[in-house]
Formats: sequence, C-alpha cells, structure tokens
Amino acid sequence: MEAKKLNLTLNIWRQKSAGSVGSFAEYKVQVSPDASFLEMLDEINNTLEAKGEEAIHFESDCREGICGTCGLVINGQPHGPLPKIATCQLHMRNFKDGETIWVEPFRAKAFPVIKDLMVDRSGFDKILQAGGYVSVNTGGTPDGNMIPIPKDIASLAMDAAACIGCGACVAACKNASAMLFVSAKVSQYALLPQGQPERYIRVEKMVKVMDELGFGSCTNTYACEAECPKGISVTNIARMNRDFMMAKIKNKEVEV
Amino acid sequence: MTKLDSKIPAGNISEKWTNHKFNMKLVNPANKRKFDIIVVGTGLAGASAAASLGELGYNVKSFTFHDSARRAHSIAAQGGINASKNYQNDGDSTFRLFYDTVKGGDFRAREANVHRLAEVSTNIIDQCVAQGVPFARDYGGLLDNRSFGGAQVSRTFYARGQTGQQLLLGAVSALNRQVDKGSVKLYLRREMLDIVVIDGAAKGIVVRNLLTGEIEKYSAHAVVLATGGYSNVFFLSTNAMNCNATAIWRAHKRGAYFANPCFTQIHPTCLPLHGDAQSKLTLMSESLRNDGRVWVSKKKGDMRNPTDIPEDERDYYLERKYPSFGNLAPRDISSRAAKEVCDEGRGVKGGDAVYLDFSDAINRLGQKVIEERYGNLFEIYETITGENPYKSPMMIYPAPHYTMGGLWVDYNLMSNVPGLFVLGEANFSDHGANRLGASALMQGLADGYFVIPYTMGNYLAGDKPALVKTDHPEFDKVANEVKDLTDKLLSIKGKRTVDDIHKELGRIMWHKVGMARNEKGLKEAIEEIRRLKTEFWKNVTIPGSGDDVNQTLERAGRLIDYFELGELMAVDALERNESCGGHFRTEYQFEDGEAKRDDANYSYVSAWEFAGENKWNLHKEDLNFEYVKPAIRSYK
Amino acid sequence: MGWFLKFLNSSIGKKFMMAVTGSFLIIFLVVHLIGNITLFFGASAFNAYVLTLDVIKPLIRVIELVLLTAFILHIFNGLKLWIENKRARGVTYKINGSPENSDVFSRTMFLTGSIVFIFLVLHLATFFWRFNVHDPEGLANTHQYFDIVTGFFQIWWYVILYIVAVLLLGFHLNHGFQSAFQTFGWNHKKYFPLVQKIGTLYAIIMALGFASMPIYFFFFYGGNQ
Repeated sequence: MEAKKLNLTLNIWRQKSAGSVGSFAEYKVQVSPDASFLEMLDEINNTLEAKGEEAIHFESDCREGICGTCGLVINGQPHGPLPKIATCQLHMRNFKDGETIWVEPFRAKAFPVIKDLMVDRSGFDKILQAGGYVSVNTGGTPDGNMIPIPKDIASLAMDAAACIGCGACVAACKNASAMLFVSAKVSQYALLPQGQPERYIRVEKMVKVMDELGFGSCTNTYACEAECPKGISVTNIARMNRDFMMAKIKNKEVEV
Repeated sequence: MTKLDSKIPAGNISEKWTNHKFNMKLVNPANKRKFDIIVVGTGLAGASAAASLGELGYNVKSFTFHDSARRAHSIAAQGGINASKNYQNDGDSTFRLFYDTVKGGDFRAREANVHRLAEVSTNIIDQCVAQGVPFARDYGGLLDNRSFGGAQVSRTFYARGQTGQQLLLGAVSALNRQVDKGSVKLYLRREMLDIVVIDGAAKGIVVRNLLTGEIEKYSAHAVVLATGGYSNVFFLSTNAMNCNATAIWRAHKRGAYFANPCFTQIHPTCLPLHGDAQSKLTLMSESLRNDGRVWVSKKKGDMRNPTDIPEDERDYYLERKYPSFGNLAPRDISSRAAKEVCDEGRGVKGGDAVYLDFSDAINRLGQKVIEERYGNLFEIYETITGENPYKSPMMIYPAPHYTMGGLWVDYNLMSNVPGLFVLGEANFSDHGANRLGASALMQGLADGYFVIPYTMGNYLAGDKPALVKTDHPEFDKVANEVKDLTDKLLSIKGKRTVDDIHKELGRIMWHKVGMARNEKGLKEAIEEIRRLKTEFWKNVTIPGSGDDVNQTLERAGRLIDYFELGELMAVDALERNESCGGHFRTEYQFEDGEAKRDDANYSYVSAWEFAGENKWNLHKEDLNFEYVKPAIRSYK
Repeated sequence: MGWFLKFLNSSIGKKFMMAVTGSFLIIFLVVHLIGNITLFFGASAFNAYVLTLDVIKPLIRVIELVLLTAFILHIFNGLKLWIENKRARGVTYKINGSPENSDVFSRTMFLTGSIVFIFLVLHLATFFWRFNVHDPEGLANTHQYFDIVTGFFQIWWYVILYIVAVLLLGFHLNHGFQSAFQTFGWNHKKYFPLVQKIGTLYAIIMALGFASMPIYFFFFYGGNQ
C-alpha cells in the first residue's frame, strides 16, 4: 500500500536551551507521503537516537488536532500550508518531491523557546486564570434546561469555545497579539446567559493580564483567523473590543 | 495480606449513596485549609477533583506533565456524555442507566458504584451547563440528545464532535478559578515518578520537573491519582502520545492493587495503519456505523479497487453474522469480526483494514444528508488519508482505545493503600469488562465533582492522617531511587531506540494480548515481554542528559512500566478462563463465536498485588448482582 | 480621568485611539477632496472656495486644531504601536509566510502611513504654509491661490511624489476604513463584507480623486494660460 517516497531537505531550528543561541540544522530525509509531518520528525529522531544524538525536541500529544500541544511554523506558516488543521494533521503528501522545508518554533516574546521547537505558552493559562471562567462552585447549580439558550447563540458560543489554545494566532500575527485567543474565551461567555454576571469584569481582567504578558496589539490583519486550526472568527475580537469599551464605561470600579 | 473490603454501604441500592453521604464524617469548614491534598492529572477526573476540593477550602496541589492543564487527553473524546435526565421522555431513569452500564460491562462491575454513577450523572450536566459548556441545543433552546451504541434511549449530551474538549475546558476553567484564588497550586510539566508511602499510608509523591530534570518531593495528607488509562502499552492506540501508566504503575509497585488489567477496549472504527512510521491511531466516531456498511471481499488477497468489486463478491460480514444488529453490533464484537476477516487475508488488498461504505446511504438519502451528518468526520478522513470517502469507501480497522482495568479502589474510590485515591480511567471501578460509549466522560466527572469531595472529607476527618514533611527519610529514599533509575537509564547507551523497542512490545501485546487471546499466545507473550525487557535494560540508547528537557528519557521511563504492566495484563488474561467484554479468550466461546462468560467461577474482580519482579499475588473481590441478574449478552 | 487614560494605554485602548482619530481623518479627507474639486472649474471657482474658507477663518482654525490633534495622536500612537508590536515578536522568522494569511494593505500600515506622513509635511510646506503664514506672492491681496497650486502641478517630480503619496494613502485607507469598524466592535457577519467594500471604494475614490488633479494639470492644463 506504500506509495513512492519523497526526498526532502529539512532545515530545522535547533536550540539547546532557553538561554542559548539557536540555529538551523539541515536534515535530508526520505519519507512516505502517507506519513504525517510529526511522524516524519519521529523518524528523524529515531535515526538520531540510534546514532546516540539528541532528539529534536517538539511537543505533540493527541495527534488529532484537538489538544493544542503541537505547533510548528512550517515554511513561514504556523501549522503549515493547509488551512484549518493543526501541525499533527499535516501529511507529507502536501509537499513535493525535492522540496526544502523550513521548520521554526512559534516566535513571540511571550512564548520563549524552551528547547529546539518547544516553546513556553503558559501565558495563555495566566490570562485564563485571570477570569476565563464562570464563578460557580460544584453542586447547587440549577437544572440544565432551566435557561433556554437559542440554538444559534449556543452554536456561536461553541464556535468560539472550539479554540484549542495552540497559540498559532500569536505565532501568525505580525504583532504577536493574543487577541484571537482571548476574545474566543471572552466571547464564549459573553454569548451565553451563564456568563453574563461577570461579563464586563471578566473582559477587563483578562485584557489586563494579556497586556502585562507582552503580547502585541491587534492591527486587524486577520492572519490569526487564517491560520487558526479551528477557524475561530475575528468577529470575536470585535465582540471583545466592544465589551472592553463597555466595561470601561460601565464598571464602577476604577482599578482592575 | 490486606483484606479487600469494598466498603459498599448497606441498604437498598438506590439509598446507598444518600445514606453514605449522611454517615460520612465531615471536616469543619475552618479546618479544611489545614489539609493538603495532592491531585495528579488534570483530565476530567483530576481537574474536576482539584477544583471541587479547592472550592471546599482544602489546600490542593495539582500536577500534570503537560504544559497546561487543558492538554489532558480527555480533550480528545468526541461522542458525548451520558446522563439519565430523561429529557426525551423516552423512559430513561437512574435505574435504566445503571442497568445498561452493568449489562454493557458484561457483569464484571460493582453494582453499588455503577448506581451511584447513574445517580450523579444528571448533576454533571447541570454543573457543566452552569460553567458555560456550550452543549448542543434544540430549536427551542433546550438541551439536545443523541443515542449511542448499547442504549435504547437518547441520553447522550454533546457539544458537536468535541464533547470531551468542552467538558474538560469547563473543568479546567473551574480549576483555573481556584488557581486564581490561591486554593489550588498548579504544578505544570511535572511527571509523577513515585509515591511515598509511610506507615502504610500515602503521604506524598516524587516528581521529575521535565524542564530542569530536578527530582522534587511533595507531601500531603492524601494523594489522588487521576492519570488515565494504559492503552499505550500497545504502542499504537487512540491514546495521545504522552498518555502513560507510570503514575498508577509506580503506585502499584508501592502496594496498590491493580484490578482487571486484562480488560481493555478495542474500538472498531479507527483509521488503519499506513506504514511503520505510524505513531498513533485515529479514532473515527462510532456514529459512522449508523449509515455505513462494513464489508470485505469474499476472495483472499483481492487487489482490486473497492469500486471495482461487484456487489455479489462482497461480504457484508456484520450483517451476515448479526442480522438484527448488523453494522451496529457492539464494539468488541465488531472489532473481533474485523480482525477475523483480515486474518483470513480478506482485508483491504490483503492488508489490515475493512471497508466502511456509504454509497448505499448516499444513494438513499443524498450526499447532502450524509454531509450534514458526518461532514466533519469525512473531512478528517480526507485530511489524513487523502481519499474522498464520498467517492470510495472508507477504510477502518480496530485499535486499542480505553482500559477498563486500573488500580483497585473501594466504594470511596480509595485504593487499598490508605490515603491513596484513584479516579477516572485510572481506577477499575465502574465499567466492568467493557465500557459503553459516552460513559467515560460521565465517570471521570462523577468521580471528580461528586464523589471525591465527600469521600475525601470522610478519610481526613475519620482517619485523621498526619502530614509528613518532605524531609522525612522515606521521601529522600524514594527520591534517591527515582534518581538512580534515571541515571541507570541514561547509562545503558546501547543500540536500540526507545520507540523501536516500544513498537516491538506493542506488536507482542496486539497479537497476543489484544482483542482475542489464548493460553498459548499469552504464555508466549509473557516470555517475549520478559526477553524484550531484558534486552531493553542492556541495549537501549537514551541520548541527552537528565538535567534538562529530555523527551527520550521521558518515553523510556514510561516504557519500563509498560513491560511490567504488559506482563501483568497477560497474567491476568491467562488467569481469567472465560470471555467477557473486552477480554476474549478464543478457548471460551460459543459455536457462533460469541463470548462465553463463566459467572459461576469468574464473577470477581482480580486485584493483583505486586510481589517483586515478575511476581504477583491475586486477591479476589467477589461481585454480587442483586439488582441486575447476569444474562447472556446477545446481539443477534 | 485616570481610568480613561489607563483605557487609552491598554492594547485595545490604543487601537481605539487609532480608530477614533483615523475616522476623523477619513471624514476630513472627504471634505478636502470636495473642496479641491473646484480646481477643475477654473481659477475663479477655486479662488472663491479658498476665499470662503478665509471668511470663516475662526471656525476653520478650531477645526484645524482638532485636525492637528487627530494627526498627532494618530501618528504618535501609530509609531508607539509599531515599536511595541515589533518588540512583541522578538526573534523574527527566517521565512515570512504572511502573504499566505493576510493582505498587503493590512501589513504595511506603518510603511504607507510613514510615506504619507512625509508627503504631508511637504504638502503643508507647499500649500498651507504659503496660504497662511509665509506669503511672498502676496496672496492675501491677490487671492491667486489657483496659480500657486497649478504651478506646483507643473513640476514633474512634485507630481510624481503627489501621485505616489495619494496612492499609498489609498492603500492606508483601504485597510484603515474597515479596521476602524472592527476596532469599534462593529463586525457583523452580515454587514461587514459591505463595510469592507465601501472602505475599498472610498479608498479608490480618495486616491484617484486626489491623483486626478496633478495628472490633469500636468498633462492637459498646459501651463499658465
């Protein structure tokens, strides 16, 4: 069943640790077009390890495009050339025999490189911890059908909630802005009735932490939406802008 | 020998949990902050437990090897979550969900636990809705349901094909809220490598900081493991790359019993292998079998393209063998049937795959309807395989998916080691020998949100465990053992890579301890695993050091546990001379190939005690079925 | 007021500032273009138009002050954003894949803005300065504004610079127009495509409108008859 193998030249970013200087290393590989991009890296690593050399470090987990762990910039595009997939869903049949491929880590001041292609995206969690939740304790919640939610609203909330937190939006944005990620969470709760009580305080808190972490600001290039593996819409950013301005006008507290 | 006391409360099954909740001891609200609790794992069970315990006021330390709590593999669950809400007015009830789960588990689950699971299932939905989980809704704005295999009612709640993701993000949002409040401290990129047991009780854990390589010690009044299942023992499974059994296995080696390790579930609709480079298998939702017809060629080694094989030369083997359930036969039955036809050489082009054909459904309903129902699944299929399933049939093959076995726990979800609690897939408790679709999410959240907050209080208030500081000699001893193990691994410097050896282990497990097992194969497997383990310790190569990020070292550490666990799975399968649920022994089947359960001799939980290398002692917990009487499963 | 300054200093606040000032400038350009069209109707029409502005000078001065503030805030804030956003990326990519995911107008706002700014300085020096401050031609008495303008439009390099600048202004406006809507939060699935089309149309009209004058006077007007 195996198809003809592809000959490829890979230039992969190698960096020993956060503090050290990195550079590209070249690898020539033969790979089945049916293999995924990460499986190709697995193979390279297997060869490296057999020679006693350290593996190329990259992160991945579910390899089904849902956990958000993987993320490489392939030929200048986060998650590679195809739309609406994560790196783990990219297959080698999308490349041509003889092609040269450049593989870089996500680049952002807020996503420092840990090793090779691994980056630290813990900033995202810090933003969510600032307010990306509905404050309800376990137990004592009303029946799930108590508040009807129009199907289209539930559907819009789901569109926003589909974010996998991979960080491709930040990697793609020329300003390394996290607006798409933050606005997706803000929107999910802004749309649902359950999110209303904290709607305006939430957006203020989350934007504040986002700014503190050194992400850039949005200049509406919409590169984030184009590279998002889940196709999260920039209308969420508009909604967050709106809610943020409303929050500044409405909220009684001066300091947030 | 510890007596296996399941601590099932007395009374009628529908009152056990209610009475037990009242009878359990409580921790005074002001005292809760004096108790430290470690929770390992941030999946559905771990995140919900850490959040709920934090809300109560305990000092919680939550650990994950991921870079974020949200990455846990619960996120990949597609289908949905069961709850006996009876919103559809179709006759669902707590008892029916309980009944279906016990029956679906092929009568190898503990009735009392399952009933509790059914009872709290409805609370889970309410909780998740309140958290802002965007469940699918009907036009009137109320929650929508769909039906799932093994049930005659519509009780599955879902959020598109991403239910696991949404539930996990809900639980993680609750966890994040506690992190913000300071009641939970989150330790990321820490892999638990051992548990510290002092005077017979769990007092803490030893972890490796995956960024710095540092071995760290943490102590607490109680330890909760919610670290998921062990399907990756097969190398190829639908589990995520980093799912592993290390936490539960190391706890097992410190005294916790491992229950029913041979109960593993093989999912029938996964994408087939493409070659040696394959790193994992991808699940396609079971819902596809509602409209797809499964077939292979009648000829062996038929190399024709599927569309060139005429109708009368196709064998729709599920419809032929199981006329009333047809393509919707339960997971274990469909999986085995697929392996049989492929072993006969009738798989797709002689290989390991069968066709799942939608052409009849497309002709009958139109492509548009099929697109609406399965559009995103078809897209996923095309992304991965490069083939258009509207034009030529899909290819599928079974793959390891879920493990019903796990650490033994009593009704309070505490293992035989006092102070060590085990939740979710990591324990053995609720699914018996086979898990029904959409029940894993239910169990994970039930354990975390609605069971552990009560039973933990009971342990802390009842047993009054003392806090041992991490400077206790036992902590140092365990930490040194962990360090020594790491050093030993790094010092081997042989020829074979970790993945290469893991793949070989996977092949042994798949062929001999997979979905059809027999005495000869199991005995061979035990020998082969031991041989491979010996080879590993002589000939593995792990480049890099232990002082910084080293993914190869991480994988090696997990693999050494798989050797031992794999062996125990074979030992357990060998001991269980019957076929039930996910455990099929070819010697024990009816003439038509149905599983032959032996209730007279095997109606028990096998809880294995680690007794040194390659040695285990079996403890049995007898199962009593008072409310659902065992009957032969028939899907003809 | 502290909260308001804080808002303006937040990432969204800075964008808000760009959008508010930008919107004002968008409106200004329309008025400016309409006024300039009088050039096509000959010397008397144009001179009369400038003279009218002169008559309502106090009002114009107020508007000019607002305009100046808008320009300064727009430019200063834009520069600040550009620096901060460069810094947020840190290490740049070896391969830049942005042509695959975004349009050139949105990515070159700082570049087009900067060139337009340089032109603006020149533009003010040539016209605004002469009309209002430094008056060697004695315009205050002759009111021959038309001759000054058409005079400049005979200088080939000035015409080229003018045309390039207004074309880049068009690029800037093409993104800026819809971007302001997005920043204000007015992005609706149903209406936003229309907003984007109107923005492009507006940008084209502005660019061609302003460019038409030097072209006309350079090629077809033929000197100081």
